[in-house]
Amino acid sequence: MTTPLLSLQGLTKAYPGVVANDQVSFDIGEGEVHALLGENGAGKSTLVKMIYGLVKPDSGSMLLRGQTFAPPEPRAARSDGIAMVFQHFSLFDALNVAENIALGMENPPAMGDLASRIREVSETYGLPLDPYRTVGDLSAGERQRVEIIRCLLQDPKLLIMDEPTSVLTPQEVDILFETLNKLRSEGTSILYISHKLEEIRTLCDHATILRLGKNVGECVPAETSARDMAEMMVGSTLQTPERSGREFGEVALDVSGLSVPSPSEFGTALRNVHMTVRKGEVLGIGGVAGNGQDELLGVLSGEISTAADAIKFNGQAIGKLGPTARRKLGVLTAPEERLGHAAAPDMSLTENALLTGSIREGLESNGFLKWNETKEFAEKIISAFDVRTPGPENAARSLSGGNLQKFVIGREVLQNPDVLVVNQPTWGVDAAAAASIRQAILDLAAKGTAVICISQDLDELMEISDSFAALNEGRLSAPRETTGLTVDEIGLMMGGAHGMEVAHV
Amino acid sequence: MIVLEKRPQPSKAWSYATPLVAVLATMVFGGLLFAILGKNPVEAIGTIFWEPLFGEFAFYYRPQLLVKGAPLVLIAIGLSLGFRAGIWNIGAEGQYIMGAIFGAGAGLAFYPMDAFFIFPIMVIAGAFGGWLWAMIPAFLKVRFGTNEILVSLMLVYVAEQFLASVSLGLLKNPEGFGFPGSRNLQSYESAHNAELIAGSGMHWGVVAAFIAVIFSYVLLNRHMLGFHIRLTGEAPRAAKFAGVNPARLILFCLGLSGALAGLAGMFEVSGPSGVVSIDFNVGYGFTAIIVAFLGRLHPVGILLAGGLMALTYIGGEIAQSQLGLPAAAIQVFQGMLLFFLLAFDLLTNYRIRAARSEVA
Amino acid sequence: MDLGEINPVLLVASLMVAATPLLLAAIGELVVEKAGVLNLGVEGMMIVGAISGFAISVETGSPWLGFIAAAIGGAVLSLLFVLLTQFALANQVASGLALTLFGLGFSALMGQSYVGIKPPSMGDIHIPLLSDIPVAGPILFQHDPILYVGIAIIAAVWATLKYTRVGLILRAVGENHDAAHALGYKVIKIRIMAILFGGACAGLGGAYISLIRVPQWTEGMTAGVGWIALALVVFASWKPWRVLLGAYLFGGITVLQLNLQAAGVAIPVEYLAMSPYIITILVLVILSADKSSAPASLGRTFHASL
Repeated sequence: MTTPLLSLQGLTKAYPGVVANDQVSFDIGEGEVHALLGENGAGKSTLVKMIYGLVKPDSGSMLLRGQTFAPPEPRAARSDGIAMVFQHFSLFDALNVAENIALGMENPPAMGDLASRIREVSETYGLPLDPYRTVGDLSAGERQRVEIIRCLLQDPKLLIMDEPTSVLTPQEVDILFETLNKLRSEGTSILYISHKLEEIRTLCDHATILRLGKNVGECVPAETSARDMAEMMVGSTLQTPERSGREFGEVALDVSGLSVPSPSEFGTALRNVHMTVRKGEVLGIGGVAGNGQDELLGVLSGEISTAADAIKFNGQAIGKLGPTARRKLGVLTAPEERLGHAAAPDMSLTENALLTGSIREGLESNGFLKWNETKEFAEKIISAFDVRTPGPENAARSLSGGNLQKFVIGREVLQNPDVLVVNQPTWGVDAAAAASIRQAILDLAAKGTAVICISQDLDELMEISDSFAALNEGRLSAPRETTGLTVDEIGLMMGGAHGMEVAHV
Repeated sequence: MIVLEKRPQPSKAWSYATPLVAVLATMVFGGLLFAILGKNPVEAIGTIFWEPLFGEFAFYYRPQLLVKGAPLVLIAIGLSLGFRAGIWNIGAEGQYIMGAIFGAGAGLAFYPMDAFFIFPIMVIAGAFGGWLWAMIPAFLKVRFGTNEILVSLMLVYVAEQFLASVSLGLLKNPEGFGFPGSRNLQSYESAHNAELIAGSGMHWGVVAAFIAVIFSYVLLNRHMLGFHIRLTGEAPRAAKFAGVNPARLILFCLGLSGALAGLAGMFEVSGPSGVVSIDFNVGYGFTAIIVAFLGRLHPVGILLAGGLMALTYIGGEIAQSQLGLPAAAIQVFQGMLLFFLLAFDLLTNYRIRAARSEVA
Repeated sequence: MDLGEINPVLLVASLMVAATPLLLAAIGELVVEKAGVLNLGVEGMMIVGAISGFAISVETGSPWLGFIAAAIGGAVLSLLFVLLTQFALANQVASGLALTLFGLGFSALMGQSYVGIKPPSMGDIHIPLLSDIPVAGPILFQHDPILYVGIAIIAAVWATLKYTRVGLILRAVGENHDAAHALGYKVIKIRIMAILFGGACAGLGGAYISLIRVPQWTEGMTAGVGWIALALVVFASWKPWRVLLGAYLFGGITVLQLNLQAAGVAIPVEYLAMSPYIITILVLVILSADKSSAPASLGRTFHASL
């Protein structure tokens, strides 16, 4: 048997209160695309950070081509031929492509030479990129290209990719896979981290499955069914949300000709957005991150003000109303960013319940606060949504992502909204919590609430939404009924390959 | 090796303990400083902290605690509301000066008339002067997004020049034999902020300071506006999401802190100081920043911190006359206190622990 | 009143002298802010530099040693800021204020025995031929060496930020400290170096006031120059050469109002003395619309959680 490229032997890393990795061992062969599969919180990120030298294992060892490998810092890992494409891009918005790439290299050539190298490599691998563009102006797919090219310029032996397709349209995923296949044929190994099973079945030669920090099994993805892999990953059989047949009522929210500039420098302006949501309907809005999702939520929540009649609620023009006035009417929202936007990290859950609940739950009178009632409301959310916490006096930041998300969604759901807008309701949440959040959204719709669910998880949208539209560069495609939509059609609604041809590899 | 570990939530115990630890550390290092200056550290620290409270002349110094503490508390309460919301008014000294000029000016305009309404008018004018001065950075921030730190600070220098101008011109005592400075308000009964009980140090400014503490406590703990102030400081985006209007909050926080600083200036110039002169201000506006932080931006904490800081002022003066300790040494001492406070504050949010050996 | 007494050549030459403290402090702060740190303690570091430089040059008789001491003094004080913000993770605004309050007190304490003394003079550089050119000679080529050092620092900072890897890394850290950390750069170490550099520059600027511009020691003699330097960085949109431009602009205003005071213009002295501060505010207002060039991580505390 040949020596594997990288061999992990009993890697263990513990953080206070949680063992992120517990005796993880597996091998990555030369020229192999190896999948690392697991739920959020299974310990995938910690594991790759150890390989990349960002985190030191408590115990265990690694062998690179049979030699002991213990990188003290990323620089050492890079010089040994390990390259990594991060899930949340490690890019600098205000710098240009070439400068960003130079920062990720050990001994970058002069800027002029580097720029021509970038052009050369990007064309070879079908990932066109202008070295002098400012990174902040690039789309998510292009930003990922910057990271990939940064890695490729160092001729890596092992390329680590952390959830690379979460920011891509289906067409862009095809291009990426062609690039990865080309790399494999050239002998580069790839460690591919994902929780998307179909992708792994298409691309990967071998898969290791992590659950709660432990290696719970390995398989050859092409020979294993997605369902089997899912059950290995989750450890139990999953419940799919129930959706009862519903009748839609009248139009609850009517958005027409909505255009707003983005409040942030590198944000996306919304351009001429039209949509209607009926009572009891779930409208799913897909699209790659950074195409106007935050702005759409902001303009619906009232944080961004717009022309009064661009947004109508039950026929009433509400575009100029602030968040408080909209809540009073029954238009509630739950933003994507839990810590710092939907909730204040250092404040208690009671205080966070007050944050949006003060009006509809009657938690104030003449501006004076009713702390007892507020605490009761927080407790109600905690028990109704199974939020795991010692009590409402705990700070929001002490909760895990999934628990805080349940709290944030629960806070809005329990206020009986007429319209609910959620952005990425299950992002970074474990499967069980995600299922319960989706169920809560469906139950709410069944009671007649009009729901808009903005998400980058297409599976989620297909599962819960009645109609589907996609955001692309601030424009919203015309909503279509979900049943019968094909992946190709969805991809085109999301903007296809963003004007790129499929790479000629 | 030592590593920091973020606590899941802020430690209540440490948030009470850090000011005490900071005071202790300041005593140790301050003592060290006094020793370097050739003074007996124990004696110096004793003089500063013991003498005004329990020494031979404590009957004289104790009322002084109220006199010196009141403006500090009054200003610091205003500042703390802004600091909590991430609005940094550091120009309280300027607002204090303007409050004094407006207040004294309003009083002197009636000279030599005797009437009950003169003093209330002065109070309003003083608050208005400070408010007006603070509204400049507030308005510029709201309208143009100008940095309020720099604008409010620049306005201190402008106010100082304005003070020089009026004490040599507009408000100059016509019977002052050409010396700069206004008429002494202490000898103009209708405008005099006299002690309410003779010898107690208790004047209207002290009353105002206590009212401000109670008002601020209720606002922060029981009222939506106070909740919004705290929310804005903790998480500005969440505050916007909750429906807070940032512009209104800026105008409120800066306006209120300016008005309180103006009040403090007015009470000072119509009482303990008496005269609008080039250098009647002694930096209360800046010391109040230390008071606000030392009190952890909490109303009750500020009350205690104001008392402590007043103690160092008075004790410092005693040490100056008895031990020859330089006035600047007290200033350093106060600066140190803020340093240690900020440093030890770490323990509220982080745990320090020795890291296990970092062997792979 | 006689405006004719104002000599334009002397005016421009003294403008450059008046601008130098501001320029030194501002270019230091620019580097600090480029690394993503907001140090509001410039005023405190300047005044400590002013007294350190003054004391050492009086004791040793050498202005050069004085300037070196000033740079060290400013850097040592900034080390306190490092401890607070980089290790104790304290709020940068509060820590900067602490630095200024402490620096003002500390300098007053150190300077007690130096009030009323005249420091040794540094002397101007006299370059044969060049210095003798009419008009341009006295304006450009008859100054003390530190003035030229200031301009050289601006040029060096500009070139470093634009052309070198160190500059690129510094900008990267200020732009996105999490990403820089993920790439393996030592965010804290780089920031510490930047803060110390800023402290040293502020110290030099302070000593320039006490040793050359005034020259003598009085308490609180920096009189807000450190704060104006902070405003200047905003004015310059974080670009080195615009710091030079801005400093000369402010220097010009200062010198002009002093000349007007001396010439006995009918405007009261106090109102003339206010003018640099009011103009600073006006400039801030005009420029505050554009914050796009500010480093994105400015003022944010960095703590590597993993």
